[in-house]
Amino acid sequence: MRIFDPHIHMTSRTTDDYAAMAGHGVQALVEPAFWLGQPRSNVGSFIDYFDSLIGWEPFRAAQFGIRHHCTIALNPKEANDPRCREVLDVLPRYLNKDGVVAVGEVGYDAMTADEDEVFAAQLELADRFGLPVLVHTPHRDKARGTTRTLDVVRDSGLEPSRVVVDHLNEVTVKEVKDSGCWMGFSIYPDTKMDPDRMVVILRQYGTGQVLVNSAADWGKSDPLRTYATGQAMLAAGFSEDDVDQVLWRNPVAFYGQSGRLVLEETEVAETFEGNSILRGARV
Amino acid sequence: MAVKELTQVGRCNRIGLDTRLASALDGTTADWLVSRRAEVVRRPERLGEIFPAVARTVGRAGLGDGWTVDEAARASLVAALAADQSPDDLATALSGVYRYGDAAEKRAALRALAVAEVADRLGDRALPLLADAIRTNDQRLLAAALGSYATEHLDDAAFRQAVLKCVFTGVPLDLVDGLPDRADDELARMMADFAAERSAAGRDVPTDIRRYLEA
Repeated sequence: MRIFDPHIHMTSRTTDDYAAMAGHGVQALVEPAFWLGQPRSNVGSFIDYFDSLIGWEPFRAAQFGIRHHCTIALNPKEANDPRCREVLDVLPRYLNKDGVVAVGEVGYDAMTADEDEVFAAQLELADRFGLPVLVHTPHRDKARGTTRTLDVVRDSGLEPSRVVVDHLNEVTVKEVKDSGCWMGFSIYPDTKMDPDRMVVILRQYGTGQVLVNSAADWGKSDPLRTYATGQAMLAAGFSEDDVDQVLWRNPVAFYGQSGRLVLEETEVAETFEGNSILRGARV
Repeated sequence: MAVKELTQVGRCNRIGLDTRLASALDGTTADWLVSRRAEVVRRPERLGEIFPAVARTVGRAGLGDGWTVDEAARASLVAALAADQSPDDLATALSGVYRYGDAAEKRAALRALAVAEVADRLGDRALPLLADAIRTNDQRLLAAALGSYATEHLDDAAFRQAVLKCVFTGVPLDLVDGLPDRADDELARMMADFAAERSAAGRDVPTDIRRYLEA
């Protein structure tokens, strides 16, 4: 089983996670820019974070043979913080980079006027830099937030096929499918979505334009939920080819719209035992 | 423990670099690069958006003598600015592309220091870039930082620390431009202490430090 995790926050994960992911078939991933659990108090914190997403984290991933790409954006939570608003001004410096394959995570958290403005501005940037868009849907008032998200996408003039609307569930999936946008699902140990519920959704809505991710981050989460979903699909009678479509070909097709995915075999900089991350810790 | 894609480039000049690129690129791509050089000379503020996108147009193939096409093309943009800008403005431009660069861009910014016109124009103004690259644990940046510019400008203490960091992180010492010429007694002592520490722990001593232990 080859796996492309289209949404996972590796900054929060250990090298053990990278090793386990590689051992279960994860060969490529996209790490979206989001918040860090603790609020940031200035633009410089974002710049350092973005630098890590295009520099240090791909380097760590490569030690385990995993291709790391990222998305860059001002996330909806911090769009409400005036100290962070100027992040919008530095985004053009990052959106032309080779490892940046989408604008994201954008969208709504509490559906404020500030979020409206920042969301719309970043959809314009996606158009200017020829990138697809990863849209986060809110945890609270999700159904209303999803409807409003789809309205904003429609008004932006972007092709729906360039947009994935993420963190969907049984209630929000149909509306997104009808819009022509891609459908994203975050499989968590006990909250947003689980492998068995995902299988039911795949049966009902099909395997096209579906992205399944672990969204693992600093909270309780599991970077192998993509693998678990593949196993659940097989157990439910889906074919190997169906699993490959959902866990590999779909994310490649979606992010491939950037023209910037690099998926040839990753160059492992050193042997595992001698890798420089371990060395760095010993210095 | 050989590290793939680690190389070093020797000091060169701007015309040599541009000529090498022109003969390696197809006509359309070569013309594109000539236009981008003219554009950054005319509007230096454009460098920030042009520099990151270079590799997607020129590719990443090897160009010989340690260069890749993308690194050479990015260095050539910086070199075009060198003829035209004050030393301080050139330093600001180079720091900007390094500061906001991904690993490939940072490495290209360091490679640009191998171009004589760039290095000579900057004097010691690029030392902060070297300090940053040497602080990282990314072997590609560390190796790229230790070219001819580092040989000329790093002070002894910084040079020795950088060499020892190469040993720690697996950057082959034959990639360090300043070796063996800048090896001194203090570096030999540091290498010997490192070797003793490794031996005491029952771990291997990298073979490429032996010649410095005997010095």
